[in-house]
Amino acid sequence: MIVEIGHFALVLALAAALAQTIVPFWGARVGDRGLMEVGRSAALTQLALIAIAFAALVNAHLTSDFSVLNVAENSHSAVPAIYKISGVWGNHEGSMLLWVLILAVFGALVALFGRALPAALRADALAVQGLISVAFLAFILLTSNPFERLMPAPFEGRDLNPILQDPGLAIHPPLLYLGYVGFSIVYSFAAAALIEGRIDAAWARFVRPFTLVAWSFLTLGIAAGSFWAYYTLGWGGFWFWDPVENASLMPWLAGTAFVHSVAVMEKRDALKVWTIFLAIIAFSFSLLGTFLVRSGVLTSVHAFASDPRRGVFILAILALFIFGSFVLFAWRAPMLKQGGLFAPVSREGALIVNNLLLTTSCATVLFGTLYPLALEQLTGEKITVGAPFFNLTCGALLLTACFVAPFGFSLAWKRGDLLAVAERLTLALIAGAVIAVVGAAWLSGRSPFAPLAAGLAIFVITGTLIEVVMRAWRPGLTPGAALRRALGLPLSFYGGALAHIGLGVTLLGLAGLGFGAETIATLHKRVPERVGPYTITLDWVGERVGPNYKEAATTMSVRSGGVVVAEIAPARRQFEARQMTTTQAGLATLNFGQVYVAIADPTGDGAVPARLYWKPLVTLIWLGAGAMALGGALSLADRRLRFGAAARAKAGGRSLAQPAQ
Amino acid sequence: MTRRGRRLALIAAALAVVGGAAGLALYALSDSIVFFYSPSEIAQKALEPGARLRVGGLVKTGSVVKSAGETVAFVVTDGAHDLKVSYSGLLPDLFREGQGVVAEGVLEQSNEMRADTILAKHDERYMPREVVDALKKEGRWREGEDVAKP
Repeated sequence: MIVEIGHFALVLALAAALAQTIVPFWGARVGDRGLMEVGRSAALTQLALIAIAFAALVNAHLTSDFSVLNVAENSHSAVPAIYKISGVWGNHEGSMLLWVLILAVFGALVALFGRALPAALRADALAVQGLISVAFLAFILLTSNPFERLMPAPFEGRDLNPILQDPGLAIHPPLLYLGYVGFSIVYSFAAAALIEGRIDAAWARFVRPFTLVAWSFLTLGIAAGSFWAYYTLGWGGFWFWDPVENASLMPWLAGTAFVHSVAVMEKRDALKVWTIFLAIIAFSFSLLGTFLVRSGVLTSVHAFASDPRRGVFILAILALFIFGSFVLFAWRAPMLKQGGLFAPVSREGALIVNNLLLTTSCATVLFGTLYPLALEQLTGEKITVGAPFFNLTCGALLLTACFVAPFGFSLAWKRGDLLAVAERLTLALIAGAVIAVVGAAWLSGRSPFAPLAAGLAIFVITGTLIEVVMRAWRPGLTPGAALRRALGLPLSFYGGALAHIGLGVTLLGLAGLGFGAETIATLHKRVPERVGPYTITLDWVGERVGPNYKEAATTMSVRSGGVVVAEIAPARRQFEARQMTTTQAGLATLNFGQVYVAIADPTGDGAVPARLYWKPLVTLIWLGAGAMALGGALSLADRRLRFGAAARAKAGGRSLAQPAQ
Repeated sequence: MTRRGRRLALIAAALAVVGGAAGLALYALSDSIVFFYSPSEIAQKALEPGARLRVGGLVKTGSVVKSAGETVAFVVTDGAHDLKVSYSGLLPDLFREGQGVVAEGVLEQSNEMRADTILAKHDERYMPREVVDALKKEGRWREGEDVAKP
């Protein structure tokens, strides 16, 4: 019964989404305030209905109702409760339901907090948001219904894919979707601005909080996914340039470019058309990612099942929203007024360089991801474009962007002085160069990337810190006065600084990999094996039984100079229901680096073949991403930029001036 | 700077970055693409030893030989032709006889390759698409075979 209520709520949500699309749009055309207001209530209704549907599916999974096909195929009564819940989105149908839930959440946020917006702009934005909902709700109801019943109901489910039985599943998809789908709001506002034919700095101020939320979550989502892959796949890698990963990287690159260009638009009223364009492509890349992952054109861990109807349906959605927005853009963009002038050497100029590098690197990723697909369609030849391609093209462009970052951060708006900035950054440049040279000497030229990246990372971090200090402190200022000045700096400045430092920290983590070590060895009891500066000794091998699996378990001790510094327990789990094995890597974090051990099946005589890695600074990769996201959150918390603050202040001022009205 | 001059400078910068990226991409593409073949195609095409490629098919039942150290040898088959593969390292969790596999490496002789990467399927419903296509081509694929028995 609850399942049917969920299904029914989903159908009603489609109706609400249709109302949200048509009524406010019509209202905005004829200038009827009442009709425009319908968009807000429709958006809230839609959210409530989708939330009911989602709760019904969660309930079916929690109670292991195997008469529901989705539960029977992706759950098992013995699965721990947390994986029953996260299993809701560990499959195609459920993950699409999560997608529309988040879509509705963002629509409702606009409805709730968008009071300060011009009514027509808000109505149009909600209408576009509603149209996206209509498309995806129809997709779910017609091709991927999570509430489909199974007759007769089986006694036991087919179990959740063991690779997905991990806390990573509870964290990675929701974060990633909050990012992916968050860009839908930016897209809707861009489309609304094009429909209205008007855009100004106020638009940027409204959109900025949403952008920062989406970008921060996308950053966290990608980092969480990469960390999950790192510890679960047993290869010690954290980024494989897999098409699905690229699908999440492209919106991130476009979104990062957008976060920067929207700042120019807000502060200087320039780059309007370009910013609108970026808003459109950021969400288009999110849709492309959804298509690549959900349509089955690619096979990967993320492709749960392929059904050709779904591919065609999502392709149609993709075409509608991408071509629709581009047509709108081509038609209306020339009408938008151009904004403020600035010299090429200025913060605006540096941000344009940043945008160029980011969008071009995004284009290389797009090319590398789609080229094999296109070639196969055209010639039938099958090729793989692997890591070397992406490292060389996207990597080179992003490293250049990292080099530009401290300059852009230190340049003044409108007209900057490159020489003065270079002088300020001298210390950072020297620090970076020293690190690069020392690193290269240490590795004796084995990998040119690692020392270069390490030097760049130090340059980015120290360069940003220098700017923070210089903003607060002038020669002759007492420490107390400097501290007061520092506290007076806007939070968005600190947010930007933290995000740039996070970038440097991530880069440092990447560079650290070049200084690591790895070996493959068969471990015998009490015989130490060396990896990097540590030795690893197998202490115990045995079998253990978990709730829904058996495992070959081991314990090993990690020693540094004879002293035990950590204990690790790598294992291999055998899941009965699906006859699958997963690797549980043994990880020990030592000074930001990690010892990483993945084992194969123990041999008959108690020896264990294993891969041993020493990865110095590897945790910085994800800590840096966390710092970037925190930087986004700090910017978001800035009072001056809080949603609609400026408009509210203006409205308040007017009512004071005209009390009689 | 005038609006026109600024625009020209911008376009020149954009062209430089895009051109540089395109050059890099073409250069990277020329030596980092790897072609995918089935064992039959390798037999037919008579590829030069030393070529880097990916091969996909089924691990022939009874062909896996683990020798001293971490070296393993097995045969990849698409039913019509076989290819011997040797590999040093730990095999992925899902590597099994009679199951789909993709191996990437260097062709040492016309029917032998040394692999440096082995990809096995990720779950019981997933078979590398390349393998499915290769098997279909040889008429060894039955639709619905990949659906696990209840």
